[in-house]
Amino acid sequence: MESPGLTFPFGTELRCHTLFFCCEATPESEGKSKEAEIKRINKELANIRSKFKGDKALDGYSKKKYVCKLLFIFLLGHDIDFGHMEAVNLLSSNRYTEKQIGYLFISVLVNSNSELIRLINNAIKNDLASRNPTFMGLALHCIANVGSREMAEAFAGEIPKILVAGDTMDSVKQSAALCLLRLYRTSPDLVPMGDWTSRVVHLLNDQHLGVVTAATSLITTLAQKNPEEFKTSVSLAVSRLSRIVTSASTDLQDYTYYFVPAPWLSVKLLRLLQCYPPPDPAVRGRLTECLETILNKAQEPPKSKKVQHSNAKNAVLFEAISLIIHHDSEPNLLVRACNQLGQFLQHRETNLRYLALESMCTLASSEFSHEAVKTHIETVINALKTERDVSVRQRAVDLLYAMCDRSNAQQIVAEMLSYLETADYSIREEIVLKVAILAEKYAVDYTWYVDTILNLIRIAGDYVSEEVWYRVIQIVINRDDVQGYAAKTVFEALQAPACHENLVKVGGYILGEFGNLIAGDPRSSPLIQFNLLHSKFHLCSVPTRALLLSTYIKFVNLFPEVKTTIQDVLRSDSQLKNADVELQQRAVEYLRLSTVASTDILATVLEEMPPFPERESSILAKLKKKKGPNTVTDLEEAKRERSADVNGGPEPAPASAASTPSPSADLLGLGAAPPAPAGPPPSSGGLLVDVFSDSPSAVAPLAPGSEDNFARFVCKNNGVLFENQLLQIGLKSEFRQNLGRMFIFYGNKTSTQFLNFTPTLICSDDLQTNLSLQTKPVDPTVDGGAQVQQIVNIECVCDFTEAPVLNIQFRYGGTFQNVSVKLPITLNKFFQPTEMASQDFFQRWKQLSSPQQEVQNIFKAKHPMDTEITKAKIIGFGSALLEDVDPNPANFVGAGIIHTKTTQIGCLLRLEPNLQAQMYRLTLRTSKETVSQRLCELLSEQF
Amino acid sequence: MIKAILIFNNHGKPRLSKFYQPYSEDTQQQIIRETFHLVSKRDENVCNFLEGGLLIGGSDNKLIYRHYATLYFVFCVDSSESELGILDLIQVFVETLDKCFENVCELDLIFHVDKVHNILAEMVMGGMVLETNMNEIVTQIDAQNKLEKSEPPVMEVHLQKSTLLERKRFLHL
Repeated sequence: MESPGLTFPFGTELRCHTLFFCCEATPESEGKSKEAEIKRINKELANIRSKFKGDKALDGYSKKKYVCKLLFIFLLGHDIDFGHMEAVNLLSSNRYTEKQIGYLFISVLVNSNSELIRLINNAIKNDLASRNPTFMGLALHCIANVGSREMAEAFAGEIPKILVAGDTMDSVKQSAALCLLRLYRTSPDLVPMGDWTSRVVHLLNDQHLGVVTAATSLITTLAQKNPEEFKTSVSLAVSRLSRIVTSASTDLQDYTYYFVPAPWLSVKLLRLLQCYPPPDPAVRGRLTECLETILNKAQEPPKSKKVQHSNAKNAVLFEAISLIIHHDSEPNLLVRACNQLGQFLQHRETNLRYLALESMCTLASSEFSHEAVKTHIETVINALKTERDVSVRQRAVDLLYAMCDRSNAQQIVAEMLSYLETADYSIREEIVLKVAILAEKYAVDYTWYVDTILNLIRIAGDYVSEEVWYRVIQIVINRDDVQGYAAKTVFEALQAPACHENLVKVGGYILGEFGNLIAGDPRSSPLIQFNLLHSKFHLCSVPTRALLLSTYIKFVNLFPEVKTTIQDVLRSDSQLKNADVELQQRAVEYLRLSTVASTDILATVLEEMPPFPERESSILAKLKKKKGPNTVTDLEEAKRERSADVNGGPEPAPASAASTPSPSADLLGLGAAPPAPAGPPPSSGGLLVDVFSDSPSAVAPLAPGSEDNFARFVCKNNGVLFENQLLQIGLKSEFRQNLGRMFIFYGNKTSTQFLNFTPTLICSDDLQTNLSLQTKPVDPTVDGGAQVQQIVNIECVCDFTEAPVLNIQFRYGGTFQNVSVKLPITLNKFFQPTEMASQDFFQRWKQLSSPQQEVQNIFKAKHPMDTEITKAKIIGFGSALLEDVDPNPANFVGAGIIHTKTTQIGCLLRLEPNLQAQMYRLTLRTSKETVSQRLCELLSEQF
Repeated sequence: MIKAILIFNNHGKPRLSKFYQPYSEDTQQQIIRETFHLVSKRDENVCNFLEGGLLIGGSDNKLIYRHYATLYFVFCVDSSESELGILDLIQVFVETLDKCFENVCELDLIFHVDKVHNILAEMVMGGMVLETNMNEIVTQIDAQNKLEKSEPPVMEVHLQKSTLLERKRFLHL
């Protein structure tokens, strides 16, 4: 750090230092002195409290003294719970000293929700009206420091008037401008734009540079939200700036700082101009002159050796460069800016190197200067290697990331990887993410990509987050040209005596999918592959072991010759009786699967994973999250425009037939996935049943398919109701008599939060009277990869025909999402099956013979006419399936009772298939016409 | 915008804290500790900027600091401020303190908490730079001192007499 250019302030040793009550804690006496300090402070607090509470009125000086002591005690970190009232009383004093200390206490110690605000506001009001500039200044300071909403309500109307009044003193104007700015920040709605705005703009012409500085700050903030209102400030700011930069260093007298004319104001004006696009040609010419002058001055020899001179000069220069980059329209200026920054990259001042690296990052995203920035690559790499300050090295990493494109990606990635070996722990994770993103984005040759990621895991395995290794697997699975190479490389990497667990995960997954591609080589025969993986098994954590078990079962399919070896492993006590439920279940199920399933079924169940749908890289999302949305996004987007979609290609086909149980299809989804390939859903009983019943049609497309999806739930209670790129809605429901409960699961498939997430149930008036639904609102924020659950309690009051609509609204990224689906709560859910003999059935059948009671429908079969499926559907519909009742064995009959709160309705049904005609006749007889009608509609859709 | 201005000594003892955004008392103390931790472990000749601690906004904010003998002066600012401008502002602040206290030392900050706050208030208001012209600031402070002295004579005598007394008593507190 540079030496302050001044005769050592604070250099003299502390006078009578040790006498002070809170004697400095040296490390060895820390505990002791802390205790002593607390003791003394408590004593002093008690003393002050008694003085305040005492009968004797304190004089102004004593009040001031004690309030000062309280301030000091507060500074040391002790709570002050009294004295507020005394401070408020001081506000109404006529003495300056007392008033001042009162305001000081309040602005340090009163938080915005204090009950005292009303009293304080009163005092402020009086002082603002006093026309005494000193008192007004104190009051304005207090408003600006507390800045609460109550204060905004009380004064937001008054302050603009003070600001633009002709007779207000300069110092008050300055304070009023910043006070208004603070209130606008707290409560923009309470500061309406008005007549005063144009007069504020004209403060840019004020004689007093302090007023201009404060006004520029105010206008900059207001203009960001109301650009139209303050458009005229652009030309005024340019001419003001022009007058400053062309002035001799003596013109501005006191506002010249170490030979630089008004540096702070120049910076503020340049900031204000960054709120607007490049101005009209006339003004633009003048501005360009200014910017050129500033760039020229940078080349002049310094007027002083003092660091303050160079700081002030360069503060203006950096801000000018920011404006040039912001306008991004003058190639000439951009290249000059880039050259200037290039000089700074090698400057002996660390501060300048830091700022140059930072500015160049934004410059790299301009198409005019991207190439110019790239010429500095060697310097930046050198900075990465030699800078002593981690802050600077971090900026160098950022810049390398920003300047990376296809031409230099290999070099930059290699340098970042080698830096990673010695990088500070605090920035390793970020570097890992950046390397992973660059490697993917600029990979021409995917073998390079695979090598890079494996290197990442080798060098910094602990910092490789799930997103990174998920991503490499996604890419290998989606690109068949790299699969063999990936298998060979992970196999070789796994040979290392000690390898990171993340490598075991990637290796396990890839060999499980593509181990067959290298099995021809005797050095990597199936048995050798298996033994290699299994040698790591016992060193790994439970999730990794679970993944490896899945790899083993995949091996059973890929390599029948190692089946018995693997079965022996699965059969061992350490697996079958493992204390971990997940591992035990996998071992049991996989062992069983390998024993009972035929080769064909094995091949189907354990088929290679289908390609993953293309989506935004989850790593990029993670980096954005880490760095804050602005820093990465802008750069990324700018770059994306320039090098349009580097790895873009046609979207791979969506997941094909029933290759794997659906939960695993989402394995490499953005974060939410279970940590294993091809793992069975842990809760369910029989693996095979799941594989086949949870058919792929469960993944319906968008809302257009909602009607079909709805129909599928008529005969079943659980499954996926809706799914798109962002959101998955799953249902689980149970019904008993006229009551039911439905669990709705909303899964965020992305890695970004959903905000304002509001699901709403919509029922028509009719439906509302017949069906009562109760639910609680869910948390409005759904984290990336998270699932939230909502419970709906259902009561069927009377029979009904319509279905409720579930509407979901939320914000994803910047966009508003709105999804509506029909919620499958149907009348048949309230069925209770009734068993009865043939005789009873036909007796009741005859009783329900009036025309209103019977509804019949004849329709064409939409699905293959399979007896077993039909039976399953009738049972799923809710009625009992009565065997041996109908004289014709091909017909199906069913019986049950619909329970509603008000009545119970007996229902009989008969379904007569006609195989030749591929037709059905469905007859419903119930005691209520509407019920017959609705049940017939619902059931007809099922066949 | 300036989020906070902190002064602490080489041992991390706070000598001034001024927050321009509402934080609870506990958080204020945590921020001071965190900032001290971040700043104090840095070498002397590295750069004067670093990313802010988590409590005060992480990488969206910067800490800009200078180290003078026994004291650290730290300004925590968001991205709308010029780093070098703030660095110079710290210098102006210190030079102004030096002028007002004549060879300012750490003890002046302890005994004149109110004065230091008043000087700062002339430079920064509600997190924005109010005045950068040192002469203007010193003039304002002088005017305040004059005002103090001009207040009723009873007070003045009392004040002068007890200043010495009080200084001592404060020491033995």
